[in-house]
Amino acid sequence: MALDTSPAPSASSKLVKAATSETRIARLTLIMVALGFVALFLLLPLATVFIEAFRKGPAEFATALRDPETFSAIRLTLIVAAISVPLNLVFGVAAAWAIAKFEFKGKAFLTTLIDLPFSVSPVISGLVFVLIFGANSALGPFLQKYGIHILFAVPGLVLATVFVTFPFVARELIPLMQEQGTSDEEAALSLGATGWQTFWHVTLPNIKWGLLYGVLLCNARAMGEFGAVSVVSGHIRGQTNTMPLQVEILYNEYNFVAAFAVAAVLALLALVTLVLKTALELRYSDEIAASRRH
Amino acid sequence: MALRSSTRWRFRQPSVIPGFGLALGVTLTWLTLIVLIPLSGLIWRSSGLGWSNFMALVLDERTVNALTISFGTAFIAAVVNLFFGVVLAWVLVRYRFPGKRVIDAMVDLPFALPTAVAGIALTALYAPNGWIGSLLEPLGIKIAFTPAGIVVALVFVGLPFVVRTVQPVMEEIDKEVEEAAATLGASRFQTISRVLLPGLLPAGLTGFALAFARGVGEYGSVIFIAGNLPYVSEIAPLLIIIRLEEFNYPAATAIATVMLFLSFIMLLVINSIQAWSRRRYSNGA
Repeated sequence: MALDTSPAPSASSKLVKAATSETRIARLTLIMVALGFVALFLLLPLATVFIEAFRKGPAEFATALRDPETFSAIRLTLIVAAISVPLNLVFGVAAAWAIAKFEFKGKAFLTTLIDLPFSVSPVISGLVFVLIFGANSALGPFLQKYGIHILFAVPGLVLATVFVTFPFVARELIPLMQEQGTSDEEAALSLGATGWQTFWHVTLPNIKWGLLYGVLLCNARAMGEFGAVSVVSGHIRGQTNTMPLQVEILYNEYNFVAAFAVAAVLALLALVTLVLKTALELRYSDEIAASRRH
Repeated sequence: MALRSSTRWRFRQPSVIPGFGLALGVTLTWLTLIVLIPLSGLIWRSSGLGWSNFMALVLDERTVNALTISFGTAFIAAVVNLFFGVVLAWVLVRYRFPGKRVIDAMVDLPFALPTAVAGIALTALYAPNGWIGSLLEPLGIKIAFTPAGIVVALVFVGLPFVVRTVQPVMEEIDKEVEEAAATLGASRFQTISRVLLPGLLPAGLTGFALAFARGVGEYGSVIFIAGNLPYVSEIAPLLIIIRLEEFNYPAATAIATVMLFLSFIMLLVINSIQAWSRRRYSNGA
């Protein structure tokens, strides 16, 4: 295998190149260390998911996915994501509009508060809703009296998911809209456009790829969330189990092929997310936020 | 206009853009309902415990052990990620090799892959009968179902943080700095260790802190591989869930409050590092 490990050809002369780059051996060693690390910690685990899922052949894999409980887990995951992601999409756009287009007191503090869910353990994100809506909470007896089910039901799952995915869209849009400034909107308004017209016809086309990028990451997390959802779900089979929770149940029952089959579907979702994300970064790098941290 | 607004306090600078009230209203309402009320509910419940009761719950031996394990393993994993993350970022920024694009994209896999999936995959690999576990067993090394397994899971989860904070800063390094160091007689090793690495320090520290903070709270990827032996490989988030299942709400609340408090401190540290780095190097890490 011919490895071209030379540094990018930016240095003009050979002498400068030698002084500002490493020896060939050092380069090869560093590349090997990095690739070994990636293979060991990223590629092998990913490959394992698919190998284990197909260990007993594609027929077993298909049977595992046709199980009615697994099917209902897939459905529930889609429902929860379909509710949570749009809610955080609207919130993210509103937050970015307020924070990026205006100057007001306490803006930095508000931005920190929006980021807060990222620094909270997923288990705590679930726990806070148990403390509010649980049987021994202040609201508990009231909810019980009127037969309102929040915990161990879809509303609880949605609340926990919304909490966990809260910052994604806002975080992507705020730096992007700050970069774009307000001159486009001011031009539209001075030409007589209304506020909504300005938003739909001027702002939205400017941020659409960034918005898609944020929604993509938000959706991946919403469908894959485990800790927070685990606390509020109650693990009622066929009813309140999302796909990640179904993986856990099947795995703990030593039903490895089925567990890895569901895991493979989730891994495929992750791969699709990565491909779309990378495509957006390559194609529309100017139209998504410069900082790509999560 | 600028003069007038500086002489008189106002909540917001005047602007012709409409929708401030609506946007800020939606933001604050949603933030309050989803984040602020639930989190203050936790603080409120734990303040109802009383100080001595709270301390007794927190200083319980099993709780102290679980917190130590969570923070200890997260720290080790963050150190591992700091080293390999900087190497990986360097290789991705500076060198050309086949498959570089794919590797670069794969770095974000831990962000996209559900933690439970990562957990069972790592367990299958590192268990005594797994591919890697079976190689290590003759050497007397056990990874899965020991604290080392927790570190492996947390390395996976924290990997993108260091790479993605260091990478953009590395890309912006001016080649002239290296050329200047070289013309002044520095060896390549000296240039890297004395000129380049100090400039990467703020970004590296930020990535380290982010990976560490994420590791402390991580649950899904850890519980499968940890073995979850009380006092040995039981992490704090798992203990919260165990206490909840025992309907021991005071204990669950107390542990959660301590963890929340510590993660706020880490958030503060991360923000200070970034502020310090912006002041010093005028590039946000």
